Amino acid sequence: MLHIYCPHCAEYREEEEFRPKGEAHIARPVAPEAASDEEWGTYLFFRKNPRGLHHELWYHAAGCRKFFNATRDTVSYQILETYKVGQKPSVVAGQSSNKGAAK
Amino acid sequence: MSDYAQMELNPRGAVKSESPLAMTRARVAQAASPQEARVLICEKAFLGHLVLRGNADDEAFRAGVERALGLALPLEMGPLSLDEARGISIQWMSPDEWLLIVPAGQEFAAEAALRGQLTGHYAVMNVSGGQTLLELSGPCVRELLMKCTPYDVHPRHFPVGKGVTSVFAKSSAVIRRVGEARWELVIRRSFADYLYSWILDAAEEFGVFVASGEAARSAARDAARELATEAR
Ligand SMILES: [Zn+2]
Repeated sequence: MLHIYCPHCAEYREEEEFRPKGEAHIARPVAPEAASDEEWGTYLFFRKNPRGLHHELWYHAAGCRKFFNATRDTVSYQILETYKVGQKPSVVAGQSSNKGAAK
Repeated sequence: MSDYAQMELNPRGAVKSESPLAMTRARVAQAASPQEARVLICEKAFLGHLVLRGNADDEAFRAGVERALGLALPLEMGPLSLDEARGISIQWMSPDEWLLIVPAGQEFAAEAALRGQLTGHYAVMNVSGGQTLLELSGPCVRELLMKCTPYDVHPRHFPVGKGVTSVFAKSSAVIRRVGEARWELVIRRSFADYLYSWILDAAEEFGVFVASGEAARSAARDAARELATEAR
């Protein structure tokens, strides 16, 4: 089982308490009625699905019931950091930092 | 005609068969007295449960809650704001949500006091009918909890005065430690019969007794003394 740090509870919790919610940092078109079909389709359906570092949205379902972001390596499953919605990741692709690594 | 394989699905005797309603007929062996039990279960029914929502960064909100209830609003996960003498507690549930528990019959007055002190964007909901509180006491409660939740209930990680929400028996519960050997579970109404059956079943091996309030309190005092002696 993974131990995941919830930035709201400020504590490591069991994976069983969480639900993954897919890719993070997806911006909704500001004016949906003005968006082209392609823009709207990209927003709704197209995801990066990278091999390696991935910024994801997670939900602390059995705990505080808040959403937060996690940077996870999709190859090793290692969670390198978690951070609140509205914040930027400190670990990004092409950078070798292991700051804030999960246990 | 096509080939088929027919199986005897009721092994009659070789394996115990259970009807889908087996749970309603389950009988857990209970200890004859609270003294013989290592786990005591006592429901504290009809307490006032209120959910409070608001902005923790707003000083007026924090001060209003404190004026209304005479207790500080806890600003982080874990430590309960607890006044045992008055039977009032506030628990952090999420960054903008708290669970307030008051003695039976005081929920209306508590809500009115909050509404009298708070202004702006906040919410108070009386959820007393939707959940109940079980008090678990005795020297084996920690072992019982270890069978029920993935949350670490070791004293190093779960000191007296801490409260969390976690997975409990594949459902969820609020778990609070209010004394050395005294714990509280806040469980939802729709899961109450399932969780109660689960807890009784899980506690059977330790010796379990379903107690009235006073029996549970005196047993908790004995258990706390016992644990203190062991620690020495
Ligand atoms: Zn959380």
